[in-house]
Amino acid sequence: MDRATSQRPEMDRAAKPQTTAPAKASWLGELVSRSWFWAFAALGLILLVDAVVSPEFFSIRIMQGRLYGSPIDVLYHGTPVALVGLGMAVVIGTKGIDLSVGAVVAIVGAVMTNLIHRDLSPFTVTVLTLGAGMLCGLWNGFLVAILDIQPIIATLILMVAGRGVALLIDAGLIVTFRNEFFSAISTGQIFTVPSRILVLAGAATLLWLFLRRTALGLYIESVGGNASAADLAGINARFAKIGAYVLSGLYSGVAGLLICADLRMSDPNNAGLFIELDAILAVVIGGGSLAGGRFYLGMTVVGAMIIQCLTTSILVSPLPFQFTWFVKGAAVIVVLLLQSRRLRETIYTAFRGRRA
Amino acid sequence: MTEPSTPRVELKGISKSFPGVRALDAVDFRVEPGEIHALLGENGAGKSTLIKVVTGAVRRDAGTMLLDGTPVEVNSPADAPKFGISAVYQEVNLIPTLSVVKNLTLERQPMRHRLISWKRANKRARERLARLKLDIDVERPLGWYPVAIQQLIAIARALEDDSRLLVLDEPTASLDAREVELLFSILRELKARGIAIIFITHFIDQVYQIADRITVLRNGRLVGTAPTAELPRIKLVAMMLGRELEAVETRKPAKETVETSEPILAVEGMGRRRYMGTFDLKLRAGEVVGLAGLLGSGRTETCKLVFGAAHADSGHVRFEGKPIRIRSPRQAIRLGIGFCPEDRKAEGLISELTVRENIVLALQVKRGWWNRLPFEEQERAAQEMIKLLAIATPDADKPVGQLSGGNQQKVILGRWLASQSRILILDEPTRGIDVGAHAEVIALIRRLSGEGMALLVASSELDEIVTVSDRVEVLRDRHKVGEIAGADITRDNIIHTIAAG
Repeated sequence: MDRATSQRPEMDRAAKPQTTAPAKASWLGELVSRSWFWAFAALGLILLVDAVVSPEFFSIRIMQGRLYGSPIDVLYHGTPVALVGLGMAVVIGTKGIDLSVGAVVAIVGAVMTNLIHRDLSPFTVTVLTLGAGMLCGLWNGFLVAILDIQPIIATLILMVAGRGVALLIDAGLIVTFRNEFFSAISTGQIFTVPSRILVLAGAATLLWLFLRRTALGLYIESVGGNASAADLAGINARFAKIGAYVLSGLYSGVAGLLICADLRMSDPNNAGLFIELDAILAVVIGGGSLAGGRFYLGMTVVGAMIIQCLTTSILVSPLPFQFTWFVKGAAVIVVLLLQSRRLRETIYTAFRGRRA
Repeated sequence: MTEPSTPRVELKGISKSFPGVRALDAVDFRVEPGEIHALLGENGAGKSTLIKVVTGAVRRDAGTMLLDGTPVEVNSPADAPKFGISAVYQEVNLIPTLSVVKNLTLERQPMRHRLISWKRANKRARERLARLKLDIDVERPLGWYPVAIQQLIAIARALEDDSRLLVLDEPTASLDAREVELLFSILRELKARGIAIIFITHFIDQVYQIADRITVLRNGRLVGTAPTAELPRIKLVAMMLGRELEAVETRKPAKETVETSEPILAVEGMGRRRYMGTFDLKLRAGEVVGLAGLLGSGRTETCKLVFGAAHADSGHVRFEGKPIRIRSPRQAIRLGIGFCPEDRKAEGLISELTVRENIVLALQVKRGWWNRLPFEEQERAAQEMIKLLAIATPDADKPVGQLSGGNQQKVILGRWLASQSRILILDEPTRGIDVGAHAEVIALIRRLSGEGMALLVASSELDEIVTVSDRVEVLRDRHKVGEIAGADITRDNIIHTIAAG
């Protein structure tokens, strides 16, 4: 398939369509034949509409030592979905899915709140909290890879039971806390940049390094692309799948940490509610296929930002916010249509035809 | 044969072409009432197409079909029962999760007050099963029963009160000996009731057990029909295999010297129930062992057992003299064994990954996931293989699914060469690739063996086996039936060994 990805040479899987164009194909035709182009085009289109509707949209200013403005807002509010989406992209790469990410956000919040109340150091709290997320992922991986339960069912178990676990940890209460360190990580800023944006950038880079500088990424894509061929090539499918779910748990954990620190409380019932849907959407908008076989980390982050951009755009526009959901739905259809290979090739041919 | 009665089915001059293939070429075929008629042939012989013409799944281009002397036009499989034609296909077309009743009454549920009457449905299902003397709980899901019973249920579903012809496409492929006996006893009863039965199978022994007459097809043409009693096995095998018309590559002289050297891999009494009978096998450095046999004789099964892709339930393996157990392909690969499967698309390639990634996969597995092969080395390994094997691809970053069959095969070969395998198992290495690539693969097999690699080559083409092998293991009906070495490796000897016994 000729789905393509970000700019790094190693991640760039872009291939010419099978009906290879002559070598002198126009750069424009070449560009529109790539799927990542359309994700960026969609983002550009939304921003363009924003610029027309509310001219203030792009004004970024520094207030009280911090960057302010709608683009920063998009990045700030899009971070949790982007983090969850990164893990989701990896799981979807194995031909799986992780529905439990929202529940993991809730569990992680409960664990973190309780640890903070035990006066542990921020470092210990962070390590144990993220460990809890990974443990959740390990459970999912065990169900999928060892017990061979279908991923949608296996992760549904934790999705349903997870919020109960969080409630148990909190003893049925909504526990609040004050902690400067975690507030700083989630809502603070470093050199005028909101710190959570830096957390996202760091986490995405680390994930890319971990998957592409080891062979785990290749294993995951092999298992998702053709499980029996991967087996005959000697790849340990169990290991690859468990790895993917643990990573998803970890990245949901990071998102949960930011969300909980933002709320300054653990809210088992509402923290991360429906975040799995936005995360799956982000992966798909980023060019990932639920049929598995490829994951695109950079494009997943772009996908999350497109979703957030829509929400923010409607908030700053004169439209009532109830329209958010309709516009989101319509935008997703448009992005997916633009990414469809057949449509792209039709447009591609049209471009070539006009120049010929 | 003097046959005063009208044949049950008589096909005259049946032809059928698909785009690019002449599947049937003026085939004549007749089946008498109360006869079990075996229809045999290798892959692509036209058995399935002929059956589909009879059941109406395929429209013939030319020829006539007579049923009990009357010309008939069967337009679709749904039409077939009207003519008393029942068929059970190889892939059992029943739904394992539904109950036996539901499976037996899928098309026509008995209605009562415009609703389905399950009481009547149960009764009808039991009646149908009673025809085969089968008394089972019809409310259980079909999948709960063993394959043999499922197979009988499929026959029960196909059989109507007025069935005149029963077509069975490989009904015994996944049955064990006792289950086959059960099926055969029922077939004999149906035969006694005057039903004509067309029986497709790959098991030669079963043909001689049950069939009255045999018809052999090859490449869409009728080779011949003869009563089973008058057709010795040797003649049957020769009829099925025929002789390929392409120029036969000259055989390389077999190496006699390697016989004495210590085998890298020695397998003793390996087997798996319902899958493959026990066999011995020795693979030596610099030696090519051929696996010969008819379709379904157990070639692929042998390859997969040795590679650990199928789990043996008996036998011992020695690797360089040390006893080991190969439990998974991963372990086999670490030992230096490579395997090119017959079905490249389903089992060999990961088509969304690039040529480079497909080539380095096994090498990477050997290094372990943490120790990633640096990009430059991946590229070097890929380029080396592209050059060595003359893989036609613009660059190593092309998704492998977009290459042609021959080039895909070379990519998989490249995977094992890049990982420096010492033993290479090739299952049908030249299937579905063009003539040029065919010759290149044969030359490569010889070169690798010359460089000291141990090879196991399974092939349905006898000429290919004869050309490359130093030693040939002959298989029949999932058992090893003989071994031929050195100068004795000839087509005739292999055919004799398949037929003997």
